Amino acid sequence: METSQNKTSNPSLFTPGKMPAEMPIGTRSTSLDERMVNMSGLQTKGIHAWFGSHHVLEDISLDFPSNTVTGLIGPSGCGKSTFLRMLNRMHEFIPSASMAGEVFLDGEEIYAADVDVAAIRLQVGMVFQKPNPFPSMTIAENVLAGIKLANIKVKDKDSLLEECLTRAGLWKEVKDRLKLSGASLSGGQQQRLCIARALAVKPKVLLMDEPCSALDPGSTLKIEDTIHELSDTITVVIVTHNMQQAARVSDYCAFFLSDGHPGRIVEADRTDVVFTSPKDQRTADYVQGRFG
Amino acid sequence: MSVALGAAVSPGRPWLNRRRSFREASAPVAVALVLAAVANLVTGLAGLLGFYLAFVIFFAATSLVFGLRHDKVKAIDKFATAFVVVGFATAFIPWVSILVTLAQKGWPAIYGGYFTNDMSVTGADDDLGMGGLSHAIMGTFLILLVASVIAIPLGILTAAYITEIRGRLSGFVRVMVQSMSGVPSVVAGLFIYATVVSRYQFSGVAGALALAILMLPTIARTAEEVLKLVPEEIRSASYALGASQMATTFRIILPSARSGLITASMLGIARVAGETAPLLLTSFYSAIFSRKLTGEPLASLPMYVFQNFTVGTEHALTRAWGGAFVLLSLILSLFILARFVGGRTNK
Repeated sequence: METSQNKTSNPSLFTPGKMPAEMPIGTRSTSLDERMVNMSGLQTKGIHAWFGSHHVLEDISLDFPSNTVTGLIGPSGCGKSTFLRMLNRMHEFIPSASMAGEVFLDGEEIYAADVDVAAIRLQVGMVFQKPNPFPSMTIAENVLAGIKLANIKVKDKDSLLEECLTRAGLWKEVKDRLKLSGASLSGGQQQRLCIARALAVKPKVLLMDEPCSALDPGSTLKIEDTIHELSDTITVVIVTHNMQQAARVSDYCAFFLSDGHPGRIVEADRTDVVFTSPKDQRTADYVQGRFG
Repeated sequence: MSVALGAAVSPGRPWLNRRRSFREASAPVAVALVLAAVANLVTGLAGLLGFYLAFVIFFAATSLVFGLRHDKVKAIDKFATAFVVVGFATAFIPWVSILVTLAQKGWPAIYGGYFTNDMSVTGADDDLGMGGLSHAIMGTFLILLVASVIAIPLGILTAAYITEIRGRLSGFVRVMVQSMSGVPSVVAGLFIYATVVSRYQFSGVAGALALAILMLPTIARTAEEVLKLVPEEIRSASYALGASQMATTFRIILPSARSGLITASMLGIARVAGETAPLLLTSFYSAIFSRKLTGEPLASLPMYVFQNFTVGTEHALTRAWGGAFVLLSLILSLFILARFVGGRTNK
């Protein structure tokens, strides 16, 4: 894969060959601390998550090097979305939720006591499974909602608007009806509008929670193109149930599995490795569609 | 598949073509009317009410029988439809009756000058071509305006506190709001009488304060329900963009619920627009047109009706009906306006 070849220069835990197959899952990044030095991007270390007393994620340590696309794959209920939501602190809106472990953004711990949550979410944007444009706003207002809500001063709003919509692959379709309500668009267009909205605040990381699960193949393709273009400047983490999609868009892949236990990472590696020569039999079975 | 080019194609609504013929639809009604008339004469179901009751029963029965010509499901469907239609009509009877009665009895009082004159030089029993209720309209308008300015922001903020901020006291506040909605209106009036009027004077502001007390729980509770309906995804989207709770509440959640909040406010206004007891104790009544909210009693439509009713002579009673008709028309047009304003969003 061309993109992943370009990125092998990134210091990464995903470098093939570093992870013996017999190594117990969940322990593969014990050397994270050394690697954290000079590390940009997003790192997680020993992440656990609970809902009430239900342990849903166990000891997840993954890093997401800058300007790469990482796919999180695995059967339903294995904690992928929970993990994703912990990366920009959306997990804490669930009253029964609790967690352990650390998440670093450019070396800064985002769960530290003195951290401004809003500032974290500005840097780590999110696109949800269901398109959720603001119904009370026009298309243009939706895109610029983030800078307005966070009181960011932008000189040339029109060019930002055009830039974000272009990057989200929506500009040509909506440039003549920017004053219409965001709800007047089709589902696929709404989702791209949500991507444009997330891009307008210039995040370093974009989290995508099954962004195409409610969309038709045409819209899905457009969003995948968008993800490809974004990965030049943004770190993307995408949860997907679609194996082909994971193979198409991601540079790295992490396979989550709960299997009656809290969710763990079975295997994380370069996408081509995960799909063509996985080290764990369960990964091979999953990516080839034998279960899940 | 080929389509003849140039063939005239006109838009149609094929789904409407299967409308029942008038004969088929009216047959059960006609039979039921005849049966009800017979029952009205020969049984104990006498009088207008008896006729109506008989008609309801026979209409349901004939719908069932006529439906049986098709099949059982169809028959049950018609039977249920008959009840729904009759129930709908029945629910409208008081509504129409009130409107018609008010219009009938109040109409003689209404003439061109009714809306421009006050009662300063006209007695309650003077000829109907004299005097008017301009003072009462202005007073009601001012009192409702001040009451709204106090109660609408307070009510919406209360609802936002309960549903969005979810502060430590939100449970307590909710209980307080609920118990406030049970306060009898005269008690609200007495409260303002004791705290404000007894120290200063009867005034429009005092009336507005009493009405604001009554409006607040209605607005807060309705707004709370409306805000609960804002989808969680909208909230998530805002927080994920790095918006603070304040920005999310005021710039995303409240605008999203805009039309519902307008409805909540209108319900609050409608709740108090016709209140008489609290105004009797707070703004009282004046026969003179005035825009002064403080220092002197202020007229209002309910008090105008009440005042004329207590005089009790023929012309005064007609004036009371006229005032009631104007009051109802004002509230009705306020509602229509609110629906228009509230429904304009989200084309």
